[in-house]
Amino acid sequence: MSRIVRPYGDTTGDGMVQLSFTLPVPHDKRAEGAALQLAAKMGLDGAMLVHAKPIGDGYTFFVVYGASTHLVNLDEVKVVEKDYPHLSPKEVNDAIRERLGRKLCVVGACIGTDAHTVGIDAILNIKGVAGEKGLEYYRELRVVNLGAQVAVPDLVNRAVDEEADAVLVSQVVTQKDAHLHNTREMAAAFREALPPGRRPLLVVGGPRFDEGAANDLGVDRIFTRGTTPSDVASYLVHRLVTSRETAA
Amino acid sequence: MPAELPLDPAVVAQARRLAAKAAQPVVDLARSHTTVSVERATLRLAGLTGADPDGIPWVNRLADAVQAQVGIEHGIALPVFHALKDFPDLDRLAHAAAADGVRFALPTGNDARAARERAQAAVQQGFDRIDRSRGRRDQLVAEIGDPSQRPWIYLIVATGDIYEDIPQAQAAAKAGADVIAVIRSTGQSLLDYVPEGATREGFAGTYATGENFRLMRAALDETSREVGRYIRLTNYASGLCMPEIAALAGMHRLDMMLNDSMYGILFRDINPIRTFVDQRFSRQVHARAGIIINTGEDNYLTTADAVEAAHTVTVSQLLNERFAHEAGLPDPLLGLGHAFEINPEVPESFRLELAHALLARQLFPDAPLKWMPPTKHMTGDVFRGNLLDGFFNLAGVMTGQSILLVGMMTEAVVTPWLSDRDIALQNVRYVLSACAGLAEDFHPPKDGFIANRANQVLGEAVELLGKIVDDGLLNAIADGTFGIMKRPADGGRGLDGVAQRAPDYWNPAAEELDRTSPDQDAAPKEAAR
Repeated sequence: MSRIVRPYGDTTGDGMVQLSFTLPVPHDKRAEGAALQLAAKMGLDGAMLVHAKPIGDGYTFFVVYGASTHLVNLDEVKVVEKDYPHLSPKEVNDAIRERLGRKLCVVGACIGTDAHTVGIDAILNIKGVAGEKGLEYYRELRVVNLGAQVAVPDLVNRAVDEEADAVLVSQVVTQKDAHLHNTREMAAAFREALPPGRRPLLVVGGPRFDEGAANDLGVDRIFTRGTTPSDVASYLVHRLVTSRETAA
Repeated sequence: MPAELPLDPAVVAQARRLAAKAAQPVVDLARSHTTVSVERATLRLAGLTGADPDGIPWVNRLADAVQAQVGIEHGIALPVFHALKDFPDLDRLAHAAAADGVRFALPTGNDARAARERAQAAVQQGFDRIDRSRGRRDQLVAEIGDPSQRPWIYLIVATGDIYEDIPQAQAAAKAGADVIAVIRSTGQSLLDYVPEGATREGFAGTYATGENFRLMRAALDETSREVGRYIRLTNYASGLCMPEIAALAGMHRLDMMLNDSMYGILFRDINPIRTFVDQRFSRQVHARAGIIINTGEDNYLTTADAVEAAHTVTVSQLLNERFAHEAGLPDPLLGLGHAFEINPEVPESFRLELAHALLARQLFPDAPLKWMPPTKHMTGDVFRGNLLDGFFNLAGVMTGQSILLVGMMTEAVVTPWLSDRDIALQNVRYVLSACAGLAEDFHPPKDGFIANRANQVLGEAVELLGKIVDDGLLNAIADGTFGIMKRPADGGRGLDGVAQRAPDYWNPAAEELDRTSPDQDAAPKEAAR
């Protein structure tokens, strides 16, 4: 089976893609030609301009279909594979009770000026997300949700006071890379406040993070779009209960 | 005329009675306290503007000096206008106070009388500006005209740079928007001062400043004449400086202001007492200025489930109505909010949305209801998002909503692109035109799914209001009744700027507003300004 793929329209190997964009020019023949030229430069063969519409003064919106001339080799695609087993809430609770022997403490917050608690609440609130209950529902987890716009020093102090095993931070606002700055600031603050053995596991999540950037940002794990509470719980158990045991 | 639901008038009356009862302790609290922002708003009405070289407004520097020396519990007007006898104007007084060169004291006898007269005259100039702005709006609407259709189409711009916002807002108006909202920079609500001047940098929005208000209003006046309808301008009277922003909005002729009684408490963790005191003053200013407030019930549904928590929206609308009436706002200025936020995977979700939207329409027939688009279940699948927005628009037309915030299929992906806005407006225009008179044909049966659901939500709302009356509203907020957020009355930001009014408290702006913005539930309508 070939590991080389092209986009699929309605026939294997046709390479068909659709594309929409706006050019800052009034709608005329030249604008349409410009749109097709752009499509060709983007690697579309035999591009068809199926829709062109003026927007306001001096802008035109286009929809273009065409065959991509590019190929993708699946063997060369790098992803962060899930490196831990997925557990049900019961398995999570059992693992913590039997092997940790105490409740595992999770402190969560939105840091900086970010007031969008939708991410952290989806993971932590008992209400949960996508039909799954949040971490508050797990009997063997003790969850402290600090909510929105928590200052980094307050988060560190609270994590120390609670003897947190893990700190979960959600960042939705990404203007001017605020999510990256805030995450680095948080990671640095924990490094400064606690020696390596006593630092809680640092986990951040948000729709615009790159999963592979954990090292760069100084955190242990990054979760992105589509993460559910049981993904997070399984990871926490893997890192804080199971793998720690095998290492010891 | 939207369809009529078979609501029991006795239950509706009971809901309003309970809302009034639940609101009363908070109204009493608001009437017996003041805040630094209320006092600063008074200085703004008296004409003090500008900021020090660090960007801290002179109203803050002056109010801080008075607070440090005599406190704010007597109102800062008397100490300020007593000290003013030695200065040519408030500017010079504020500069001297900031340099620690003024001794403030509470005047007595003739000194107090003189200070009182000076304060009243100065603040009256602010009210004159507000009254002139209101008159000017009435005149422009009469000359240029209102939008030809309902709902009014409400669009957001948010570039961070006022000079970039202006052409975008003008383009949006030309493409069909009737109302332009300039979203504020993230975090402005937590600033304990209002930035000064025209601003060109913000985070996910543009700072609300007096100068930005003036620039945008002037630009939209121009566009209004071009497009042949008066384009309304919206901003946010919320956060720690709510009263001051309301005063600036009144003086600069903004037309609508986001102004929710509980949003700051729940979503910004601002102290509940600070919020309720600031709320009351800002609503009185809006009543004086003829500004339509927009309440924020839609926000609860972004954190809570839109089916399970539907009744909390109704409860909040009833509370917002009562707080607004008490502060002198009549129904035509009451833009109560609600939203299309039910998970589209829920069976019959559209019927549920229709039931909730009709319930709000019928409970508040004279209020310009604000209908908010889906955000929580927008996934990044822009094709599905556009369909969902179409259904949102359809529900808005079928149930006779008054102000429709245009939904973007790129919600949760990017701040709207030029093309996103165009596609979204095309969606709205199609539904509004294709279904213009559909409300006329839409009569859900009296014993059908929609009627039953509306009655169920109303029943749950009455039950919750009963509990709130028993527990107290502040306790209900502390317990996480709204939007699941738990906010105790002694927590949150801005508590250090709250003081209980002393028996000799005096504030010329508060006095004027109490006189001219009477409780709408107590006074017959013709007694209102």
